[in-house]
Amino acid sequence: MDFSIILTIFILAIFVGYYVVWSVTPALHSPLMAVTNAISSVIVVGALIAAGASHSPLAKWFGFCGVVLAGINIFGGFVVTQRMLSMFKKKK
Amino acid sequence: MSNITSYLYLVASVCFILSLRGLASPTSARRGNFLGMIGMTVAVGTTMVSQKVLSYDLIIAGLVLGAGIGVIIARSIAMTALPQLVAAFHSLVGLAAVMVAAAAFYNPEAFDIGPIGFIKTGALIEMGLGTAIGSLTFTGSIVAFLKLQGILSGKPLRFPGQHMMNALLLLSILIILGVFAAYQTTAAFWAIVFLSFALGFLLILPIGGADMPVIVSMLNSYSGWAACGIGFTLHNPLLIVTGALVGASGAILSYIMCKGMNRSIINVILGGFGSQTSSSVAGADEEERPVKAGSAEDAAFLMQNADSVIIVPGYGMAVAQAQHALKEMVSVLKEKGVRVRFAIHPVAGRMPGHMNVLLAEANIPYEDVLELDEINNDFSSTDVAFVIGANDVTNPAAKTDPESPIYGMPILDVMESKTVLFVKRSMSPGYAGVQNELFFKDNTMMLFGDAKKMCESIVKSIN
Repeated sequence: MDFSIILTIFILAIFVGYYVVWSVTPALHSPLMAVTNAISSVIVVGALIAAGASHSPLAKWFGFCGVVLAGINIFGGFVVTQRMLSMFKKKK
Repeated sequence: MSNITSYLYLVASVCFILSLRGLASPTSARRGNFLGMIGMTVAVGTTMVSQKVLSYDLIIAGLVLGAGIGVIIARSIAMTALPQLVAAFHSLVGLAAVMVAAAAFYNPEAFDIGPIGFIKTGALIEMGLGTAIGSLTFTGSIVAFLKLQGILSGKPLRFPGQHMMNALLLLSILIILGVFAAYQTTAAFWAIVFLSFALGFLLILPIGGADMPVIVSMLNSYSGWAACGIGFTLHNPLLIVTGALVGASGAILSYIMCKGMNRSIINVILGGFGSQTSSSVAGADEEERPVKAGSAEDAAFLMQNADSVIIVPGYGMAVAQAQHALKEMVSVLKEKGVRVRFAIHPVAGRMPGHMNVLLAEANIPYEDVLELDEINNDFSSTDVAFVIGANDVTNPAAKTDPESPIYGMPILDVMESKTVLFVKRSMSPGYAGVQNELFFKDNTMMLFGDAKKMCESIVKSIN
């Protein structure tokens, strides 16, 4: 893919992030951190490719470590966000 | 990348955007988190079935191990320990980014970025940047974790020549990055990793406990930029979009936190408050000034006869784990017909939104919990302001004394209310090291003691 296209995606995504995040209510800033933590672990896709590739055993083990670390984050991040959000209740 | 894979990655990216969008309100937030999970499932599933993945043994083992550890930690963690948990998670993202970069460096063919030793220069620069940011996120977050957990002292640690050393480290990382891009040697790769480890460690070490909301947000942002760097290297739009979202999110949170303290991010990183504790601190003679100390009974009497009470919680409430006792107090006051609300300062606690989560944990409805802008004008029509575990965020010196280190910081105008009750363990000044004039005002009553015990005693006195 051309660098200019990738850069375009990057810059536009920052703008999307900017506007979406400003609309998050301050009361939910802690869950925001936890959920961004979980989704930033999407780098797991790189680790999956490395762990599942052939040839370099060293790269496979780096991939494996990446999968474990990102896995902890993905599951831990989403579960802890869920726990936090389930506590925000309306007035009875 | 095959077409269908690209489209499914697009679906995942949209899910992530909508996931953050859901957090605009507590009612849509759970749906948002669910969308995030769907996005992640799509991303992982798509990658697993793509023809790039040839064997599954290590992948399954890694995912099962990661999922097990993650779920156990997330389920067992106490809500008061949330800031250090988030810091620990950030460090894992940083290290995972380094692992992916290393894997791409040692097996570039698997990622279509060229054969070993002949990786394209552009990809090398992106890889080096991603590695550097990931590495410093890793060690920086570990230091933040150790400070928040209380293993390392929360006090700023300083030594002469600190900034000079950090600048030199940064410069050498950039030079080695150039060498790495030109010669793509293994030594250069690991030099970037280890020098960035050192930089992350040294950058966060001198930063004090109360500045942690800014630092945790900043590291949140870094973990996103690290993902972006990897996304650029692998030409993967999903990683770039997600990384940019997270990067922007962390940057905005850092900005909000800095604004809440009226400081710049540079000022926080280079160290602000800690370095000036010797000047403009309360002098020894001030210790002798008289304050009005009250008992739990006095507080109970004042509050149950009030029409409205505003509670101002701070980090001290979290430390004392007083949120449930406080909820108890709120309940009995409400039974007496008192209107009780909460005022949250942007930098209260050790991470953005920390107080909101603790109050939610204690079953306090979120409609009663208001932000500074929403409630600050109401203090003048309030009978009692009940400050529990907060200090600097109520200090009028931020408005009146241009010499004060906290001058210009937005504060909660608790002094406008008829009576101010301060729950505090002692007369010691707050984090900024500034004496709070409010303690000596006629309409202020100090309630000395542990926050949790104080709330429990007040409940007893009311009943």
